[in-house]
This record gives sequence, C-alpha cells and structure tokens, in this order.
Amino acid sequence: MLHIVNKSAMERGSLESCLRMATKGSAVLLIEDAVYAATNGNAAAAKIQAAAADLKIYALGPDLAARGMAGRVLGGVNVVDYGGFVDLVAEHNSCQSWL
Amino acid sequence: MQFGILVNEGPYSHQASDSAYLFARAVIEKGYKVPRVFFYHDGVYNASRLATPPQDDRNVGARWSKLAADHGVDLVVCVAAAQRRGITDGVLGDNFRISGLGQLVEMGIQYDRLVTFGD
Amino acid sequence: MSDMDDMDDGSGIIKKFMFLNRKAPHGTVYALEGLEVVLITAAFDQDVSLVFTDDGVFQLMKGIDTKGIEVKDFSKTYRALEGYDIEKLYVDQASMDARGLTEDDLIVDVTVLSTDEMANLMAEQDVVISF
Repeated sequence: MLHIVNKSAMERGSLESCLRMATKGSAVLLIEDAVYAATNGNAAAAKIQAAAADLKIYALGPDLAARGMAGRVLGGVNVVDYGGFVDLVAEHNSCQSWL
Repeated sequence: MQFGILVNEGPYSHQASDSAYLFARAVIEKGYKVPRVFFYHDGVYNASRLATPPQDDRNVGARWSKLAADHGVDLVVCVAAAQRRGITDGVLGDNFRISGLGQLVEMGIQYDRLVTFGD
Repeated sequence: MSDMDDMDDGSGIIKKFMFLNRKAPHGTVYALEGLEVVLITAAFDQDVSLVFTDDGVFQLMKGIDTKGIEVKDFSKTYRALEGYDIEKLYVDQASMDARGLTEDDLIVDVTVLSTDEMANLMAEQDVVISF
C-alpha cells in the first residue's frame, strides 16, 4: 500500500499514526507540509530514518522546493516529482491518505 | 489505468485542491485517465464561478474547468455538501455538475485507483 | 429508502472499501459528512469496513448531548448502520487507551484491534476513503 501524509509532523499526529500502522514493505509519500519531516535536523528525522529500515519513504520535490527545503533532504528519503507520485500510486494496489 | 480523485477542501484555504489538480494533470501526462474528480466537504467551493482571485496567481476553479474541457474529466460536486454551503446550479463554473455521493462510490468500484486530497 | 435498492452500479464488482475516521465529532464536519458517505455506500453491496483511530474513536462515545452547542446529534446513526448491513466497525486499541476509553464507553458494538491487526486490515483494502 502507498500511504500519503500531507500535514506537518509538528502540527498534527498523522505522520506518527501512519508510521505506526504502515506494514513492512509499504511506501510512505510525504506531500504538502508533511515534507518538513524529511529534512535535516527536524524533530521527526530520527523517526523517519528508523522507518526507512522497513518502509520506502518518499517526499514530493515540488513541495520541498516551494518551502525552501530542496537542499536539506534527509539521507534515505527518495525525492519524486508529480510523475513519480503517479508512478507510486500506479505501482501499489491501493493508497491511503492520512489527513 | 483509471484514477479517481477526491477533493475534500476548498480553493486557497488548503493546498489540497492544488495538489489534486497537479496530480490529475500528471496522471494525464503519463497517458492514464482521470474520468472523474469528486468534490466533497468544502471541496464544493472549488466549483463556484463567482470567485475572482488576483490576476497574478492561479485561478483554482477555472483551472479545473479547463482540465475538464481539455481532457473530458467529469467534475462532480456532492449535492448534500453543496446544499449545506450554498453552492447551487446557478453558481457553478464551467464543466462542474452537482450529483449524489453514489458517484464517489462508483469511482471506488469502477476505477483502478482512488486518491483523497484533504486537510 | 427504497430508491437505494437501485444504486448498485450493476457491474457485479465487490471491493473492500475502508472508511478511515481519525477526527473528533463536531470540531470539524468530517465525522458527520463521512457518515453520510457510508450510508450511501450501503446500497452498493461492497465489503465495507469502518475504522476509527486517533480522535476518530470519540465519534462513537455514549452520552453525547449537543443541545448546548445547537448542532445536530448524529451519534445515533452509528447504531442504525447495522440495519444497512454495515457491521464491520473497527476501533484502534492504542487510540482508546490514549484517550482513557474502553468498549463500554461506546455507543455500538465494535471490534477492537491491536496495532498489527489494524495495520493488516488496512493493507488488505482495495479502496480507502479518508475524511
């Protein structure tokens, strides 16, 4: 399954809830304000990097760039564009948005 | 492959409608189809033709209307949510139509993927 | 509600639909309007599960009294779901624990799931609608 998270981890518990429920081998795509969790030094960085052991973590490049974060992406997070977003949805049998 | 899209928020207040639009456009660029986009909760506000946003920024509602015109996307606004919020046939922008929640359920049944964009 | 009998899309396809409820009632509209989608879905003979996690568990509280805030009390509608053949209601144990709730606090019968059980349930769904 592809899990999509869109809110900042500092504002809302949706990323935490998602990471608790995502089964091994699933993918998590961070979009909109959720991309901050994929940046160096942020409070969720350790959680993201730990999750990357069992899950594939992605962040939407245009949302990172729009927030001035393009140069600060955590190692282990894959940056994709909207085409890559489409590929992720197509490749997984279903998707779930954590709002 | 057919992708359905659910938009739960109105224009500008949340990024949801923007993200959904850019996703829809990318789906089409990849050669897949977006037969229908369903607007629920405050998403119904995307359908108002009364919006006059500043000229130097995107016009969220008009952008959806153009996507529909160019690629045959069915833009459906939920009747119950629309009635609550004063979105009537008389204020709909081009290529939006009001219909029931059954249209959303059908998307789930008939399409290959359904992606929700919200708050 | 007899017109609902005609709402089957006729394709014969049955998918696993999951409705993900993570928000408290009344502070936002999502609980109420989410429930309205579920009621419509009942007419389509799909394999429907309702999941309540995080603050979504609060939607099922007993003893809701909305008179003071002058909004519609839709909590009894959860009890009516059974009559629509929507019987699979799942609640996240950890979310209940974090909010000091037990099954006795809830207005309907539910199946309480552990994190792993809930995760596996989500992973097997065909369509997930989030509010």
